[in-house]
Amino acid sequence: MEPRDRIGRDGAVRVRDLWTRFGESEPWVHRGLSLDVAPGESVSIIGGSGAGKSVLLRAMIGLHAPESGTVEVDGLDVTRASRPALYGLMRQVGVVFQFGALFDSLPVWENVTFALRERGLGERDRRRIAAEKLHMVGLAKTEDRLPGELSGGMRKRVGLARAIAHDPRILFCDEPTSGLDPVMSDTVSELILQLKRRLEVTTVTITHDMKSAYKIADRIAMLYQGRLRAFGSPDEIRASDDPIVKQFIQGHAQGPMSIPGELG
Amino acid sequence: MFRVEWIGRRALEALGQCGRVLLLGVEAARWTLRPPFRFDMFLDQLLHVGVLSLPVVLITGAFTGMVLALQTAAAFRLFGAENLVATVVSLSMTRELGPVLTGLMVAGRVGSAMAAELGTMRVSEQIDALHTLATNPVQYLVAPRLWAATLALPMLVVFSDLIGILGGRFVAVHLVGTSALAYDARAIQFLRVEDVFVGLLKAALFGAAIALISCYQGYAVRGGAREVGLAVNRAVVQSIVMILVINYFVTAYSF
Repeated sequence: MEPRDRIGRDGAVRVRDLWTRFGESEPWVHRGLSLDVAPGESVSIIGGSGAGKSVLLRAMIGLHAPESGTVEVDGLDVTRASRPALYGLMRQVGVVFQFGALFDSLPVWENVTFALRERGLGERDRRRIAAEKLHMVGLAKTEDRLPGELSGGMRKRVGLARAIAHDPRILFCDEPTSGLDPVMSDTVSELILQLKRRLEVTTVTITHDMKSAYKIADRIAMLYQGRLRAFGSPDEIRASDDPIVKQFIQGHAQGPMSIPGELG
Repeated sequence: MFRVEWIGRRALEALGQCGRVLLLGVEAARWTLRPPFRFDMFLDQLLHVGVLSLPVVLITGAFTGMVLALQTAAAFRLFGAENLVATVVSLSMTRELGPVLTGLMVAGRVGSAMAAELGTMRVSEQIDALHTLATNPVQYLVAPRLWAATLALPMLVVFSDLIGILGGRFVAVHLVGTSALAYDARAIQFLRVEDVFVGLLKAALFGAAIALISCYQGYAVRGGAREVGLAVNRAVVQSIVMILVINYFVTAYSF
């Protein structure tokens, strides 16, 4: 069946009762996590280091198989989907990796338009699209450079340009603003916001940057000890009286939060 | 008790890894049949495995043929059979030394590069990125390397065999003093098509083993720079061991 014909292709992400770990004798990362992202919604996922944010994102794109539970993205259960079905879904999905994950043997413009080459688009079109998307992330005129010649922040923005080059309907970002200067960080937040508003892209963003989370998120989800601790609008999160949420968003070292590896 | 357990566990690990390497081969073969066909990637690998390995393979082959001629001449002179130097050189080169030495050189040169490249791509999430760009990493990375190595090795061995026999000829004619005419005649007199063919078959198997083991090691890396280094190390050692094992069994069952 062509993924195009799937029922309920609405761009939503639904995580149901997710249990994950890295091996049978390893501790659980997620213990029955459920999370719904509505079509066209922007959700930011926050939580301490080691809370399982990246693993959740990997599970959402079919890169980590959970022990149990389902992850439905755009109507496809990625935990049970065949490879070809998953690649069909990936044509609708963009992923921004934390450190860019650029192909270092390819120049920037080929990195950005990699997915389009796979779809048979010619070089002229691809160069045009690369220039356009690089301009959007503030990196005009870098097309012919190699990833190794770019700074970490630039690589990350090339990664963002690559993730949006094929006009995805769902965007997953792993810390898109970390390591960027405050102005560039705001530019990237602004860009994600625009994608959401103009093209109704569903966005799931992992972040430690509360300023960015407040700006881009319709709802903020806080992961804690393998479950959802809080899930609500930025205002609700800001006004939360949950001591753990409070401690996290205000960034206090002292408080009720247990820090993995230090306190238990 | 402790030792028996350790041996058992290591044996199971080794067996499991052999299985996973073979599965990777099956997966690569299956994805080769699906479009898009990665012909450009294949040619690129053919350049790396084949053309760029040629100098080292030629040098190795030439000196091996030369030392073979020197050693056998010294021994055969004892009973006046210097004429047979050419036969020894041509048979040993085509049956054993050409394929094995080429395999070992390519394992060192290309196996290490494959494991390092794929391992680095793994730890920097480039392999995951391929997946998110709707590209199967096995099809994009492993299949072209597998076919390039499987095809390039026999071609390299043809060159290795030839230059080995020529190297032997040089030593036999100029240092030992056999006649060039006699060398040429003896070199092909006992050489059968099967000898060459089995040598090339070996080479193809060596190429597949190098590519699969090295890609597997790179692909399976978890962690960082240290793990990439260890994977490269394992890729080369395991490729070399596999080459010698495969070589024995092909020889045992075909001559």
